[in-house]
Amino acid sequence: MKIVVCVKQVPDTAAKVVVEDGKVTWGDAPLVINPWDEYAVETGLQQQEAHGGDVTVISMGDESAKEALKHALAMGCGEAVLISDPALSGADSVTTARVLAAAIRKIADVDIAFFGKQAIDGDGGVTAAQTARVLGWSALTLVSTISDLDIGNSEIQVERSTEEGRQIVKGRLPAVVSVVKDIGEPRYPSFMGIRKASRATIPEWHLAELNLEAPSPAVSWPEIMNPPQREVKTEIIDGASPQEKAEKLADKILEEKVL
Amino acid sequence: MDFQLSNEHRMVQKMVREFAEKEVAPIIKEYDRKQEMAPFILPRMAELGILGICFPVGYAGQGMDYISLGLACEELEAVDSTLRVVMSVHVGLNSMALLQWGTEEQKLRFLEPQAKGEKIACFGLTEPGAGSDVAGIQASARLVGDEYILNGEKMWISLATKAHHALVVARTNPEAPDPHDGLSAFLVELNRPGVKTGDIHGKLGVRAGSTGWLSFQDVRVPVENRIGEEGEGFKIAMSCLDNGRYTVAAGATGLIRASLEASKRYAHERKAFGREIGKFQLVQQKIARMVQSYEAARLLYLRAGWMKNEGLRNSRETSLAKWFATDASFEAASEAIQVHGAYGYSDEYDVERYLRNAKGAIIYEGTSEIHQLVQAAYALGYREDAPLRCEMPAYDAEAWQS
Repeated sequence: MKIVVCVKQVPDTAAKVVVEDGKVTWGDAPLVINPWDEYAVETGLQQQEAHGGDVTVISMGDESAKEALKHALAMGCGEAVLISDPALSGADSVTTARVLAAAIRKIADVDIAFFGKQAIDGDGGVTAAQTARVLGWSALTLVSTISDLDIGNSEIQVERSTEEGRQIVKGRLPAVVSVVKDIGEPRYPSFMGIRKASRATIPEWHLAELNLEAPSPAVSWPEIMNPPQREVKTEIIDGASPQEKAEKLADKILEEKVL
Repeated sequence: MDFQLSNEHRMVQKMVREFAEKEVAPIIKEYDRKQEMAPFILPRMAELGILGICFPVGYAGQGMDYISLGLACEELEAVDSTLRVVMSVHVGLNSMALLQWGTEEQKLRFLEPQAKGEKIACFGLTEPGAGSDVAGIQASARLVGDEYILNGEKMWISLATKAHHALVVARTNPEAPDPHDGLSAFLVELNRPGVKTGDIHGKLGVRAGSTGWLSFQDVRVPVENRIGEEGEGFKIAMSCLDNGRYTVAAGATGLIRASLEASKRYAHERKAFGREIGKFQLVQQKIARMVQSYEAARLLYLRAGWMKNEGLRNSRETSLAKWFATDASFEAASEAIQVHGAYGYSDEYDVERYLRNAKGAIIYEGTSEIHQLVQAAYALGYREDAPLRCEMPAYDAEAWQS
């Protein structure tokens, strides 16, 4: 079986992301592999362990995205490819999906492409579905369990975790699968993996090698601003008895039109 | 001169940090209170390869270098000293001695299962009546035929009741003119008849760890279990300490970092006189001192680690790193409590545990007093390191992969 995992390099969850001079910045906070994508890598490795084959991890981004790829290699992925091109800066999710789809086609004979459910920086959560659309593959999103995978018959059955509840869905391979946390805690990189990853030379593909034109994004960000600062006012309600306090509090809540 | 950690080192650091923070930090207080070691710690550290981090792949190790060992210790002790103690004992004091002094047969028989973490190892040097005074060791090993008969007591032994193997130093020649020359080292399987072990409770710190005693009564140990030659016990013990102390130095550096991080957080959080307490200069002074000692301690242990990688003798540098980092960690933990005020004095916060744990490391693996004597002796020319029959092998990135 041939598995691809798509990962993204994002600012650390602990980073303070702010807008400065109309641009988003996270200062000198470290970049990490998108935490959701670690679950995707874990899923890819689990499926490989169960069914054989190999796992290739890919990322679209600049040189720094190699860190995310190395993390995935250290976890146990066999190969990594960086897709990098100056023309891709400011790419929207449609562009990203087209680029990833082209890379998946170039890798060839891929059975499943795994994604994290979303990236914690853009938080769009649509790239997986868009990539499936570009490839013309089944899109199985928000997957919490892969209950059955039958390579011979090109069938996959999964459980989706949606706000309404759990859905059991069957699909055809090849498929794009985006995963949620319930899929299983990602493993730590192993020392062997770390050594392999730190010595790996990661190939870079540019747009030309994917036979893609420089894209014009469908979505742009004409203005970005910090969210308004929340004003918090604290007031302590006094009273002789709990009952009196409760009554005063209830009046106050009604007065403030909270209820 | 390159002060940057390699990509590989940074990944090791991150991996060990994630393990310690995700799996141990949430439960450590509970086990510290119970004075018990969490049962999953040793098997999990084995499974992740941490127990065999710096041994050649050929001996079932992970093939990383000695700096990786130091970085792992720093990360482990930043969460709890007991995690690092495991490394000091299992890796530094025992397994590294096998790598240095063991025969090929002994490496396959003892080091390999230890590197895998299938067998846990401890180190039996200290006795009820002999600590810094190593030459005063009473435990005896008498050669009868092709076996030694081992008798004696070992005290304050980390992992005594968890370990399968102990590296034990005992007297083989009571008549040696210099008592140091009468000692030999043995790898003793602790399931041999006549071995008893027990835990010691009521310690000030490292309460989530395992500290105990070993007792040997007419324990028969085959000659093949002797590490090194007869009479080499003292030299072997000292080279074990060169490695154990390195892990202690790196760990204490992690404890300083933990004290610093806790103090920084609290200094931003806590308000007094209408300002966060970080704005007060006397709090700033404490923070500045912690930064200073953290960075100095780190440079000292990384230099020792670099020397180990290069195969350079590092007894002096490791002793200096251990002395400095452990004293500084006690100071940092104490000041961290002061920054936290009354809250720091309770176990609601971690800093009181840091202080209790820091004190132990000022005593074991050479008290601070011993290290001062050692440093002075080197400086004054009273002490120099003679070459050893078996030197610690330098790290060889290629050879260690096979």
